[in-house]
Amino acid sequence: MNLQVMGEYLPLYIRAFVLTIRIGWAGIALAFFIGIAAAFIMHFKIPVLKLFVRAYVELFRNTPLLVQLFFIYFGLPKLGLSISAETTGIVGLGLLGGSYMAESFRSGLDNVPVSQVESAFSLGMKKGLTFAEVIFPQALAVSIPGIVANLVFLLKETSVFSAISLMDLMFTAKDLIGLYYDTTECLVMLVIAYFIMLLPVSVLGSFVEKRFRYRIYGV
Amino acid sequence: MVLLFIVYFGSGKTMGVKLSAELSAVIVFSFWGTAEMADLVRGEVLVIVGPSGCGKSTFLRCLNGLEEIQEGTVSLDGEIIGSAKVRGKWNRRRIGMVFQSYDLFPHKTILENIILAPVKVAKRSRAEAIAEALKLLDRIGLSDKKDAYPRQLSGGQKQRVAIVRALIMHPEILLLDEITAALDPEMVREVLELVLSLAREGRTMIIVTHEMAFARAVADRMIFFDDASIVEEGPVKDFFEHPKTERLKTFLRSFEYSR
Repeated sequence: MNLQVMGEYLPLYIRAFVLTIRIGWAGIALAFFIGIAAAFIMHFKIPVLKLFVRAYVELFRNTPLLVQLFFIYFGLPKLGLSISAETTGIVGLGLLGGSYMAESFRSGLDNVPVSQVESAFSLGMKKGLTFAEVIFPQALAVSIPGIVANLVFLLKETSVFSAISLMDLMFTAKDLIGLYYDTTECLVMLVIAYFIMLLPVSVLGSFVEKRFRYRIYGV
Repeated sequence: MVLLFIVYFGSGKTMGVKLSAELSAVIVFSFWGTAEMADLVRGEVLVIVGPSGCGKSTFLRCLNGLEEIQEGTVSLDGEIIGSAKVRGKWNRRRIGMVFQSYDLFPHKTILENIILAPVKVAKRSRAEAIAEALKLLDRIGLSDKKDAYPRQLSGGQKQRVAIVRALIMHPEILLLDEITAALDPEMVREVLELVLSLAREGRTMIIVTHEMAFARAVADRMIFFDDASIVEEGPVKDFFEHPKTERLKTFLRSFEYSR
């Protein structure tokens, strides 16, 4: 392995790293919004809307992100709507992530016993307060493992962004390999970059999970 | 001073009860009382007994708006606290309720469980709520558990905390729905002792229970439910010693054992 070559590539990798993280987390933020809204609609079984949400969740969970990105990136311009590669990445990741997050949040909401809600009502609590103080904290404790798994999964999925010519980590590595054939160096740096990006998420995730679960379940 | 607790279900003069607990669009549980139930008087303890599935818990839940009623009104001192017309809007501030499954909030400490409603619903100051909560915890001998989480308490302790959590809202009527049904026999007593002490204080309560000895000790008036209707009603002494209906006699006999 040639360390000097790796040193030369480092600035390019750092730029790609920042881009990947920016788009990745922007997409995840969108996924949270979509996921919470969709979970609400499914949990409270809001008429009509729940059918659309169901269809959305199944559609996006059962198609690859690459295909979704192609549809958004190459399909929308045909309808007269052209959006940048970066926006495509964020929207694509947000829509895919939203469908996964929706299921995680919903399983948490469904897990809170009805008797908890009745008990809160009997204390004079209204719906909003009951949701904030009773339902949400308990739902979150159940949802967190799923949410953390989704975060890691979504950040890894950013590697398909290279297909819509976003200069993310994957794109940079492939590009450099194509130009200079330093395959080993490029791939090692790629693995390290992804690892640095994801390890804190996993570690922090299990820490948060333990804290939330412990109060309720003791383990 | 008489506190009216009138449950007018249906349209007639009788205390006809017609309620529905919809489990789904298909299953409709309809329910009607055939006997007239006199108004609840302040300080009175009314105990409802009956076989499983007779509708006594549903009746209690209807009073607190946890089941949708099809017709009628529940009122307290003339104030309407809920009716079939305004579904989903039930005024539960004057009525406290405790359930079989305790339902302490598992993510909050015992103290947080107790002060949640007084602070967030009654808008009392935190300091004042804590002071009263500690006094109540002291009364049930659980002061040392104030910072524990519900999972660290026994069933009997949890249920006593649940009762205290309802009491701190100063309800005028306390509804107790089979509060010892999920407890081990040795824990039943500590909970029932607390309820007995509340009765001695003159609290107004409606209790659904399977504990006949307890019912006899705590009740002023008894109601016997069977097949979703009020079969017999009367003062506690007459109820147990001179049951009028054959169904109640049979029911009471089912609690006796002999070789």
